[in-house]
Amino acid sequence: MSGTTVFGLCAAAAVGLGLYGLITNPQPLRKIIAFNLLGSGVFLLFGVVGRRGAAAGLGNDPVPQALVITGVVVAFSATALAIALLLRLFKAAGSATLSSAPMRADPDPSGD
Amino acid sequence: MSIATVFEIVLAAVVLGLGIWTIVVRETFSATVGFVAYGLLVALIWVRLDAVDVALTEAAIGGGLGGVLLLGAAARLRDADVMAAETPGKVVRASAAALSVLTTAALAGAVLLLPDPAPTLAPAAVANAWATGLSNSVTNVLMAFRAMDTMLEKVVLLLAIIGVWSLAPDSAWGGRPGPRHQADPDGVLAFLARLLPPVGIVVGIYILWTGADHPGGAFQGGAILASMWLLTIIAGLADTPPVSRRWLRFILVAGPCLFLVVGLVGLLFGAAFLSYPPALAKPLILGIEVAMILTIAATLGLLLAGAPERSAKP
Amino acid sequence: MLPPATVPDAVTTSCGFLLVLSIAVPVAGVLLAFVLGDRWVRLVAFTIIPIVLAIVAATVLVLPQSKGPLVYLLGAWTPPLGVALRADGLSAVMLAATAVVISAVSVFAVADFRPTAAEPRAPFAFWILLLAIWGALNTIFVGGDLFTLYVALELLTFAAVPLVSLDGRPETLQAALRYLLFALLGSVLYLLGAALLYGRYGTLDIVLLSSRIGAEPASLVAAALMTSGLLAKTALFPLHLWLPPAHAGAPAAASAILSGLVVKGSFFIIVRLWFQVMPGLLGFAATQLLAALGAAAIVFGSVLALRQERLKLLIAYSTLAQIGYLFLMFPLALDASGYLESGEALAGGLLQAASHATAKAAMFMAAGSIYAGLGHDRITGLHGVARVLPLSVLAFAVAGIALMGVQPSGASLAKDLLLQVATETGQWWWAVVLQAGGIFTAAYVVLVLAHALASSDKSVTLIGPASRPRDIAALILALCSLLLGLVPWEPFLPVPYDSTSSLFGPGTLFKLLLPVLGGVVLAILLSPWPHPLASSARWKVATRVLDPFRRISLAFGSLVERGNSVLCEWPAASISLLVLALLFGALMLVAT
Repeated sequence: MSGTTVFGLCAAAAVGLGLYGLITNPQPLRKIIAFNLLGSGVFLLFGVVGRRGAAAGLGNDPVPQALVITGVVVAFSATALAIALLLRLFKAAGSATLSSAPMRADPDPSGD
Repeated sequence: MSIATVFEIVLAAVVLGLGIWTIVVRETFSATVGFVAYGLLVALIWVRLDAVDVALTEAAIGGGLGGVLLLGAAARLRDADVMAAETPGKVVRASAAALSVLTTAALAGAVLLLPDPAPTLAPAAVANAWATGLSNSVTNVLMAFRAMDTMLEKVVLLLAIIGVWSLAPDSAWGGRPGPRHQADPDGVLAFLARLLPPVGIVVGIYILWTGADHPGGAFQGGAILASMWLLTIIAGLADTPPVSRRWLRFILVAGPCLFLVVGLVGLLFGAAFLSYPPALAKPLILGIEVAMILTIAATLGLLLAGAPERSAKP
Repeated sequence: MLPPATVPDAVTTSCGFLLVLSIAVPVAGVLLAFVLGDRWVRLVAFTIIPIVLAIVAATVLVLPQSKGPLVYLLGAWTPPLGVALRADGLSAVMLAATAVVISAVSVFAVADFRPTAAEPRAPFAFWILLLAIWGALNTIFVGGDLFTLYVALELLTFAAVPLVSLDGRPETLQAALRYLLFALLGSVLYLLGAALLYGRYGTLDIVLLSSRIGAEPASLVAAALMTSGLLAKTALFPLHLWLPPAHAGAPAAASAILSGLVVKGSFFIIVRLWFQVMPGLLGFAATQLLAALGAAAIVFGSVLALRQERLKLLIAYSTLAQIGYLFLMFPLALDASGYLESGEALAGGLLQAASHATAKAAMFMAAGSIYAGLGHDRITGLHGVARVLPLSVLAFAVAGIALMGVQPSGASLAKDLLLQVATETGQWWWAVVLQAGGIFTAAYVVLVLAHALASSDKSVTLIGPASRPRDIAALILALCSLLLGLVPWEPFLPVPYDSTSSLFGPGTLFKLLLPVLGGVVLAILLSPWPHPLASSARWKVATRVLDPFRRISLAFGSLVERGNSVLCEWPAASISLLVLALLFGALMLVAT
């Protein structure tokens, strides 16, 4: 088994871990962390694919690398947006949960 | 390909161990710390995969700034931890575990059965590098072959900013994001905030410049600049700018704007949208990257700062 | 024009630059509006919208003259290294529908999102995000590369989520967060599939993939992951937890965009996947499963719609049902081995998407006018509203009639095409579902109209002035949907010419009466709220006959409601997502 294969299996496991966390962790922040774990597994898979495609003097196919760099930035923006939403929800409702339990009524629509 | 070294197996095991800990640990704050450590080690994996450009990005954005973002949120949400404790039951957890394992197995099977030799675009990317005059193939893919994706991704960053800002209370619209930080002006933080930024700025610009031919580029450099900016803000040496400032808006769109303009000039006078005349390709791409590093640094910094909270008028 | 099996498209076609402009101009609008700031955003939007409208019109006009899809090679790089944009008939239909809906919504939103108002935050976000959604959708419709489509999908999500929580109430913030997290889960699964495809085939270009792909482990796993991820973003039952609160909580103009257009983006990518990227992978069982989910969505969405107290929620649940309707085309269009068999069925599915886009946007706009006029949107409190807001109610009625499949609406043409294929291929069970879907749609439309048209003992007072331009925008959009069946579709979709000929025959009357009568019965049986006839003397006689049936139906309805609240919990929904992925994978494995 080559090193690339080890990392390929590692990527698959990271995806599974992320999925498990995303399903079972009740706090939204933990879901966001799990999403990042899941994302890093997906990116690693691209990396493994690229490493397998090493050729022409390059140790790693540049196309998947470029896709990952784009993907990392998108995932970071997604995390930032989710956290901003979460913090705002926490401030407006006094709790931060995704369950559909009734929340504190908020008389002022702007929340402040 | 070589036989897996002990180092690689240990690295993968430690990374997975950290991942498991991140998911199952009780306190959110510990999970966040675990994730930051995980992110830094994943960067090592990227180095082993011979993808140094990605390793830099992953360390700077995934582990570094992402970690700061998560840690900040965890700190602000600490009291919410107790309230949201409706952990799902055993059945749910067991079925989630079973399904995740099955998905992993399917994925692992698909990865193990990938063909050898693997298909690759590396030779094509190298063969066409003449068109840009840059020898970093990843930069070539990002800025030339798949420039459309890169441009659209800049717009994604801008939309994230707009989304975050749209969460401001109406009273604070146009104001400064995040709380005003106060730190001891003679403390360690303020000291670091005076010491590091000049170094960081040089490093960031160097990484951008070297990105033409060596690993590096606008993303990685931008992330370093952003962290320097944040450091001075957290140390209380600078304040976040009001989001209504025109100069700020200009910086935030400079990268995609220049990209779009170059693209449209190519459409009108050149070979195609987002094509560069070979003679001018290198200066054009570097110009776009300079605009992009500013945009990326400002965007990442503001994404970390959050929604406007304080009215611009005192 | 479909399916372009192996199109020799390694060159840019003569008018291919239009595709670039359809993306670049909205993006330029986003950047410009952001820099110019609060006071200018609306002006920028109203400068950009006609330009993009003209670009889309030109694309639609040019396409039939070109012998095959329009192609543009970005940066003059050929795939697989470069990225191509391509527009075929399917793209043209969706581009046009999007342009029409966005234009109408922007007219509708002029007054609501005035930048000179005291609170410039919401207008700033709304107009920029509207342009961003347009750019993202156009990219999805013409993108020729799976990763470009991923970036476009994220662009769409990032533009759609803030629209949900524009008013900053805690419920809408929660809805937005749920939407964002579930959508991210969906797109990450899509990206995972893309990684596998690249690893196996060394390209993400749609045309190249379609010629290289075969039934192998990597492609099967990729197909299963990508399909289920996209289904989560499309909110097909049982992955709909995020949709009703998000679509019902947003401001009316935003709801119209979210419900009418945004869910069509990921739907369109599913169509691209199954008809172009991987034809032949989705076997008989998988297509049946896809349509069975659609059928379940119709039943769940419609029954829940009938049980809603608020008009906007009713319309949101109706979207759930209509999304299900879109998936009925898969077993009809693909043959047992997963290859395109019937272009008519595919055309029917796309027409359904276009007519739902227009009709649903019009419905949300009409509901928005009613809400603005009355200050509430309780369905039982709508009595007498037709007298004070006649145009809004008329727009709602026309949109409803179009949606339930009355001639000559697009939905009716779509239903005819699908029914015909169902008969030809002997899949009578989908014919039953198609008819039932029309009746269910009629039920909630009739329910709302019955309340709106009922006379009120008290005089209805409006809290805000009725706005004529808004109502006219909604009405025009509804009429578009109603007249879609008369559009000459042949240059874009394989629609047989004679399908619209019997506009005034007895068949038309039957097609009107069957859903309406069936709908009335269903509305009485399934809606738990007192209906407008309840007080009349004749009704009291009928009550005795109907009562036992009504009790059973209501019990069924509350059962559905309880089942739905379980499915809408996060763990249940995300577990269903994985189950679906594995199920699709297993079914495809068996089929090959």
